[in-house]
Amino acid sequence: MINRLVVSNLRHRPIRTGLSILAVAMEVAMMLLIVGVAEGLLEDSHGRTRSVGADILIRPSGSDVATGLGNADIPEAITTFLPERYGEIEMALGTTLMPQEEMQTITGVDWGSFVRMCGGIHYFSGGPPQGPYDVVVDEIYSRYKKVEAGDTLKLLNQDFHVAGVVETGKMSRIFIPIKTMQELLGWEGKFSQVFIKLRNREDTPRIVKEISGLLPANPVYDIEEFLSLAAADVREVSSQFTDAIVGIAVVIGFLVVLLSMYTSILERTREIGILKSLGATNGFIVTILLREVIVLCVVGIALGVVLSYVVREGVKIGFPLFPILISGDWIAWSALLAVLGALVGALYPAIRAARQDPIDALTYD
Amino acid sequence: MSQEPIIEVRGLKKIYKMGRVDVPALRGVDMDVYPGEVLAILGPSGSGKSTLFHVIGGLTPPTEGTVKVAGRDLSAMTDRERTDLRKRTVGFVFQKFNLLPTLTARENIEVARHISGVPHRSDDGFDEIIKILGIDHRLDHKPYALSGGEQQRVAIARAIVSNPPLLLADEPTGNLDTENSQAVLDTLKRLNEQRGQTILMITHNPEAARYCAHRTLEMRDGHIVSG
Repeated sequence: MINRLVVSNLRHRPIRTGLSILAVAMEVAMMLLIVGVAEGLLEDSHGRTRSVGADILIRPSGSDVATGLGNADIPEAITTFLPERYGEIEMALGTTLMPQEEMQTITGVDWGSFVRMCGGIHYFSGGPPQGPYDVVVDEIYSRYKKVEAGDTLKLLNQDFHVAGVVETGKMSRIFIPIKTMQELLGWEGKFSQVFIKLRNREDTPRIVKEISGLLPANPVYDIEEFLSLAAADVREVSSQFTDAIVGIAVVIGFLVVLLSMYTSILERTREIGILKSLGATNGFIVTILLREVIVLCVVGIALGVVLSYVVREGVKIGFPLFPILISGDWIAWSALLAVLGALVGALYPAIRAARQDPIDALTYD
Repeated sequence: MSQEPIIEVRGLKKIYKMGRVDVPALRGVDMDVYPGEVLAILGPSGSGKSTLFHVIGGLTPPTEGTVKVAGRDLSAMTDRERTDLRKRTVGFVFQKFNLLPTLTARENIEVARHISGVPHRSDDGFDEIIKILGIDHRLDHKPYALSGGEQQRVAIARAIVSNPPLLLADEPTGNLDTENSQAVLDTLKRLNEQRGQTILMITHNPEAARYCAHRTLEMRDGHIVSG
């Protein structure tokens, strides 16, 4: 019977109910999308690094996991010296990096070595770079910038010929010949970072230790350790922003529910008086109102999750460079935060309603 | 009467605080109501009859004096105990019907039954009461789709669904036209005659009192002045 009363109360005020549901949905979607963008970018970047197939990463001197891009001070000779010294090394690949707008990076590589290290690559159109001003882009970048094989793309103030469009998820979205990049940026004979592939992954800790001894100025990482440290670092920085947005979302949800329930209580003063005249306890009144809020939350959360997936699909089409990762964990977290915020928001109006004097409530117009 | 009274009021005073001013609404009321009796309380506006209704119904505590309803002393009751009294011992009928607008007539009655904790049984005679009240074909309508008379009869059904020993009716015909007033008065009378329902009715209409009540008391300025 209580459930019927709850549902009939919500249906009786469709606009207020709809707006409250929408507010909870927006709150949940806001949390999922903000966290989803941060996690999506991180996941995408890690996926691309991991897909190179390397076991060890050497970074520029003075860099750490989060800084050092746009610098190149690792001698080129290292990629021939190390495999000669350590038979455990299958191959070493030097790259140069330069950050670009929209959180993208131009990567200079020796294309043949890169393809060999990552175990081959699929071309959607065109083929490998042939000349010094050829560029290969991945499918997402091609779609976002609307460039195809044969088009011209301006990079580092130079016109590059798009030689090919390749699958997404391998190291970078924009590849140019490393020699060209070194010349353009004055980095001749230098790499920004070096990927090392071992014949046996189990040798990684030992080889990392030995290379660190040889190159004390350069950070040398097990690639998995690097990704893990980078994730922690990025999360630490991004969490300040995401925490703030999540906090704002929860406060908005709390305030909307508080206002909605408060005005609802005022409107229903006489109804509350009627229930009290029938012998309803304070707990009964509070239970009804909190159940109403829970129903609003359940519907709002479901709508918010659906809305987040719809936005994610829209972003995939309109802004494919910004992947959004909607995780089950964050769906659960956002639902929990939305319910807690709403329940806290409803508590004061509910207690106020329960404490109303029955005679005052019955004579309220 | 040889029976114990179901309502026993002695020296009842009720004073409302309006800011710093004390406003006495009841100035020492004594009265008894016996089981199976229909008692009408007459009086003009401001005479204190609605306050008496509220105190006896456990909607507000007395300031002074004793009020016993079905053997329970209201003067010493906590809010929780008064809530329990309203749940099990007293049924209310109001001038403005006071049905929940979001529920159908049937659901309004079911809510009262649910709150009282009285389980629905097929042999509890309630279906017969619904027929007596003449609302059996209107139970699935919401209050806005019912006439005033029908709403008041639903309110009566709601008030007695948990079989309370006492039915309190505050101006039950105050918002009704002559025809509907008569139907409601007939209903109250039948409930008393057929089920022995004790009824305390507040009214300003002497004809209604004469038609329904076994006994009439008249109030003025917070006192019972005749009856």
